[in-house]
Amino acid sequence: MSWLIFAIVFWLAAWALNTWLARHHGSERWARFLIPALFGITLLLLWEGLVRGLNISPVILPAPSQIAASLMASTAVLREDFVQTILKGALSGYVIGCGAAVVVAILIDRSPFLQRGLLPIGNFVAALPIVGIAPILVMWFGFDWQSKAAVVVVMVFFPVLVNMVAGLAATNALQRDLMATYSASYWQGLFKMRLPAAMPFLFNGLKIATTLALIGAIVAEFFGSPTKGMGFRISTAVGQLDLSLVWSEITVAALAGSGFYGLVALIEKLVTFWHPSQRART
Amino acid sequence: MKMVAPVLTVLAAILLLWYAATVWMNSQWTYDQAARAGEEVTFSELVTDTLTQKRPVLPAPHQVAVGLWEGVAGQKITSKRSLVFHGWITLSATLAGFALGTGLGILLAVGITHSRAMDLSVMPWAIASQTIPILAIAPMVIVVLASLGVTGLLPKAIIAAYLSFFPVLVGMVKGLRAPDHMQLDLLKTYNASQGATFWKLRLPSSMPYLFASLKVGVAASLVGTIVAELPAGATRGLGARLLSGSYYGQTVQIWSALFAAAALAAILVVVVGIIEQITLKRMGMVQ
Repeated sequence: MSWLIFAIVFWLAAWALNTWLARHHGSERWARFLIPALFGITLLLLWEGLVRGLNISPVILPAPSQIAASLMASTAVLREDFVQTILKGALSGYVIGCGAAVVVAILIDRSPFLQRGLLPIGNFVAALPIVGIAPILVMWFGFDWQSKAAVVVVMVFFPVLVNMVAGLAATNALQRDLMATYSASYWQGLFKMRLPAAMPFLFNGLKIATTLALIGAIVAEFFGSPTKGMGFRISTAVGQLDLSLVWSEITVAALAGSGFYGLVALIEKLVTFWHPSQRART
Repeated sequence: MKMVAPVLTVLAAILLLWYAATVWMNSQWTYDQAARAGEEVTFSELVTDTLTQKRPVLPAPHQVAVGLWEGVAGQKITSKRSLVFHGWITLSATLAGFALGTGLGILLAVGITHSRAMDLSVMPWAIASQTIPILAIAPMVIVVLASLGVTGLLPKAIIAAYLSFFPVLVGMVKGLRAPDHMQLDLLKTYNASQGATFWKLRLPSSMPYLFASLKVGVAASLVGTIVAELPAGATRGLGARLLSGSYYGQTVQIWSALFAAAALAAILVVVVGIIEQITLKRMGMVQ
């Protein structure tokens, strides 16, 4: 019971502190890190307090401390799953899919007819539940990581394609005319003006695709995988009611997902430093 | 109307490619069968055989169409083989989850626009939560809730809600902050309360943003429901059709379930679009 009371008291105190911080130091840099951090810590403590205070069975919801212990105890398994699912499945599929989307976008950029035909279909396909093709691709490419990469390729292709085509159209007539008065060739215009101008759009698509890549790789493993991989581990560990291992996998997936997204956002910052949305922040 | 010809051309090209791929991918089986029987196959035999196999590697478009038609119209809608039956199971969970997620997203967005502390503490975590492949949690949520005695619609709806709340939250925050300073100042000169500002200015001006994100959210919640049906050995719903099709190698069943899911997603997006048109027209925002 004391755990529960402590957690609730801590929650109220952190809430009051956060409100005070937001009111008086909300625009300062350190507060912008401290406030969300405090909120996260509060959530974890509340979770721990609820599990301990209400004696919730670890079969239903393990406490954060148990998850941390299991995380430490099964690093070898977790590393193997990480390599299988994230590095082999998600990352290779992401690179192939995004690369193919950019190339196809540049190809169809030369043909307005193809653009008018492909874009509505691309937009439509991007809204469909593409994860559903996972069983088919697992059947075609086998159980190993190649089939997961294939699922990821299909999932990331259309969002990136749609964004890239929109980005290639983002220059205005004035800018294109300027290139024409320089008598720039198509390729010079593409590389010197339109590709840089397309970068903010491209990175928008790339950021959406990071989450899709992880989801695709993990979900595809539900349809069959070798005896390693995060999706495989999650579904078998749930069957054995080893929920702290499941939560460790989820922690790894969350860290990998955030890290992946952060990396792409960082590259975006470096590449599109000139864009208003990037300059406004500093 | 100038869209129609290009779209039809691209669709025809896709169909043509599909038929070619069907012949190519299924030919191995035909050749194996012929070799076992000690026969030679001519090209026309090859084509007819690959397009009519019972368990093809890639079913031909007309096979999928027949499978879809049988699933939708060829069965009683209460039958376990009916796609309408499975589609309804999936749709009901999707709609429940979508309603939950939209409600949660709007509530959080209202809180975020009105409280600076919430803005600073909740928003970063809402964004971070989306970098987590949340579908990884789906099997666990289902099993845990099943052990608590909660089964059926609710667990799936929770996952669908999780996937749809984020687009709604982001769009709604943007929309509630859409009125510019001039409009807000005007209301201040009227001495309008915060509630009046919300109901008369912020909420109406957020509607276009809300509907844009509802379209994303409804598609996302369908994906969530389908994935939630995969891992826990569910026997009903489009996701379960996909899974059982992949266990028993019933490719036509997988493809028909896939197309049914795609059609469902398309219909949902179109319905939200129609509601958007009507609402915005009545509010005088579009002609």
